[in-house]
Amino acid sequence: MHYIFEPGFFGSGPVHVALAVGTVIAITSAVVGVFTVIRGQSFAGHSLADIATTGGSGAFLVGVNQFWGFLAFGTGAAAFMEMTGVQRRRGRDVATGVVLGAALGLAALFLYLATQSSSTTGASFTILFGSIFVITTSTIPALIVSALLALATVVVLARVLLLSSLSSDIAAARGVPVRAVGTAFLMALAISVALSAVVIGAVLSTALLIGPAATALRLARSPVKAVFTAAAAGVLTVWIGIVLAYDSYYWPPAGRGWPVSFFVVTLTVGGYLLTGLRRREPQNRRPAAQDNHDPEHACSPA
Amino acid sequence: MADDLLRLENVSVRLGGREILEDVSFSIRPGEFTGLIGPNGAGKTTLLRVILGLQPVTSGEVLLDGAPRPHRDSSIGYVPQKLAIEPDMPLRVRDVVSLGLDGQKFGLRLPSRARRERVSDMLTAVGAQRYADARVGELSGGEQQRVMIAHALISRPRLLLLDEPLANLDISSEQGIVSVLARLARAEHVAVLLSAHDMNPLMPVMDRIVYAAAGRVAVGGTDQVVQPEVLSRLYGRHVDVIRVHGRILVVAAPEGVDEAEVAAEDAGVIR
Amino acid sequence: MFTGLMLNTWIAGTVVAVIAGVTGFFAVLRGSTFAAHAIPNGAFAGAAGATLLGFNPLAGLAAFSVAGALGIAGLSRRARNDVATALTLVMMLGVGALFVSWSTEYAQEAYSLLFGEVFGVSSDEVVPILVLGALSIAAIAVMFRPLLLSSALPEVAEARGVSARAMELGFLLVMALATSMTVPVVGALLMFSLMIGPSAAARSLTARPVLAMTLAVMLALVTVWTGIVVSYQTNWPLGFFVGVMGAFFFLAGRACRAAASRFRPRVA
Repeated sequence: MHYIFEPGFFGSGPVHVALAVGTVIAITSAVVGVFTVIRGQSFAGHSLADIATTGGSGAFLVGVNQFWGFLAFGTGAAAFMEMTGVQRRRGRDVATGVVLGAALGLAALFLYLATQSSSTTGASFTILFGSIFVITTSTIPALIVSALLALATVVVLARVLLLSSLSSDIAAARGVPVRAVGTAFLMALAISVALSAVVIGAVLSTALLIGPAATALRLARSPVKAVFTAAAAGVLTVWIGIVLAYDSYYWPPAGRGWPVSFFVVTLTVGGYLLTGLRRREPQNRRPAAQDNHDPEHACSPA
Repeated sequence: MADDLLRLENVSVRLGGREILEDVSFSIRPGEFTGLIGPNGAGKTTLLRVILGLQPVTSGEVLLDGAPRPHRDSSIGYVPQKLAIEPDMPLRVRDVVSLGLDGQKFGLRLPSRARRERVSDMLTAVGAQRYADARVGELSGGEQQRVMIAHALISRPRLLLLDEPLANLDISSEQGIVSVLARLARAEHVAVLLSAHDMNPLMPVMDRIVYAAAGRVAVGGTDQVVQPEVLSRLYGRHVDVIRVHGRILVVAAPEGVDEAEVAAEDAGVIR
Repeated sequence: MFTGLMLNTWIAGTVVAVIAGVTGFFAVLRGSTFAAHAIPNGAFAGAAGATLLGFNPLAGLAAFSVAGALGIAGLSRRARNDVATALTLVMMLGVGALFVSWSTEYAQEAYSLLFGEVFGVSSDEVVPILVLGALSIAAIAVMFRPLLLSSALPEVAEARGVSARAMELGFLLVMALATSMTVPVVGALLMFSLMIGPSAAARSLTARPVLAMTLAVMLALVTVWTGIVVSYQTNWPLGFFVGVMGAFFFLAGRACRAAASRFRPRVA
């Protein structure tokens, strides 16, 4: 035990905060992530992450905590996406990529301007790649409340989301307000992206959202199992990431420690790959699901 | 007339400058099995969507039990043609059928034994018990259809709509689905409106036929409707009806090769 | 503005814009949006690693870009998987973040690798850039017609003896070369914009290949030159101009096309 946890781990204040907040955020991201992947909106999540980068940079520029920037720009973008119907596209496409480029360009500008006016070094690194160890205490209530809000939204909408992902026509015929539900979910997604960005940075936030969820979908067959597995995977990833990040202060190069985001991303991807090895292809069945792919889907990446 | 479950009166739908449905009227009585037959592009899917309330009409009325269709209606079940299912979706067959009971409700619900049993019974009724715990995305076409029928029927609708359920199925699966449907519909006294481009698999179970072509319909018994004069008037061009070995083929006369091929394809000659 | 060190900047910027336009034209034609994101992300990790080890960052960039290109050639043959692609992209950035965090100037370095740094081009970096640029142009010139055929009509090309796989590999390697030059100048996150924005805009305006490619190059040059000029005055990052102008040109191209089709009579 002594070799896994370096001295001072259990007594450290920042570690307590990181573990507590990290757990809540990991659960939220994982649960929202499961529905994101089911609805095929992973790319919408990635888009929101890029826009959150702009928001965080802007917030930093005006001297506000980056979480507010992530949140404001993320939810704003989600509302915009809903109005223009962009989030219904399943794949990456040129238009969204180029427009996101503008968002990233703006982020570059904001960060540059910010480093001109203030002298905090490494702040841009924190926005881009996160640090759960330096969460501002005053934002903790907001983080928790947002997480609970996003979680509650998804839990209340769970059945309706599943039905809509099965067939939006069936859902609509049964009186489900499909568009309103979609918007509410997108807001929950935007909040989750903002929360993940606080933990591991805006640029990498997709990993915490999609990774545990995708891993869970490989392992679990039923929605309930999928959600619990994802949450467990997310929490485990964040805990191990925090432990390793803390321990890494003693690893070379001395004194600074490796970024927690690196560990979280690596663990997430590693977990996903490991489950890929275990899963066997179903025998003797021709999945009808392949016939249901729409043409846009078939022509996506590379 | 008064006891019609569903009645369409002079329904027209105009979309994008085109008249998709033109003055369509017919009715369905409780427990009746009706085939909505016609070539691709005849407006069958649009018609079904109108009945479901997914497609607004340009003129005309859709009446359920004599009154305009309510917004939140659970008396019509629906099996769509396309499902957006990915192979990795975390939905087992029994989860899908369970959603048929309460998938439109908000909030959480606790698991109950009564519900589990009801789902199980439904699965047995459609013959899907065997793969009840398989992921719905890994099923074959025929298996998926059975599951979606179970999903639609479990909430005890009075009318079941199916959009081209037999397309993309091999012949034995086709026959399986038709017999399951007919049996269940009779047992539960559910009216069925099923669209298809080939009427032959449905001949043994159809009570009436609504033949749709070029946005118009002809309604009645098979012998009444599937006649050259009736169909020619419907299609707006000369159409032949050929009966061979108990099967019916609808063939357009050679005006342009395309139309003949399409009609013959629709009638099941070319697969 | 046109003397000494700035000359290096102008040269580097021009070469980068030309290559981005040429490669981007094919990338848009082939729909290689994933590769256009993935190779730069890998390059970010490579450059960070190379700087750490004291190697010439350009070498690290080139190595990782080529490795990434080969990796993609293998990856893309498998069935589509949104999740796998998203995670791979993020993984490379994570590794890059790790390497960057080990260096002393980590914030500065992260920033310049992600968003570009055009004014830091030293004299002994200009020559490799010119060489890489020339190599890329030569490669594209040689492959031009088979690549065009294979990109637009893959089965026809196959039937005529042009191996789709060979073209894909060749194209990805050229992308890798292009990446190693472009990332230091406009940054890993914005390379997509410089490559794809002008090219997609050009495609909206014309379908003729050589004209589209020329237009793409011109738009890319305008973007980079404007960026250098304004950046020289304000010191704002070049990536900002690339991102914003790339999006602007793209949307303008779309708008022009929409307007043009409204005036053209519809074919029944």
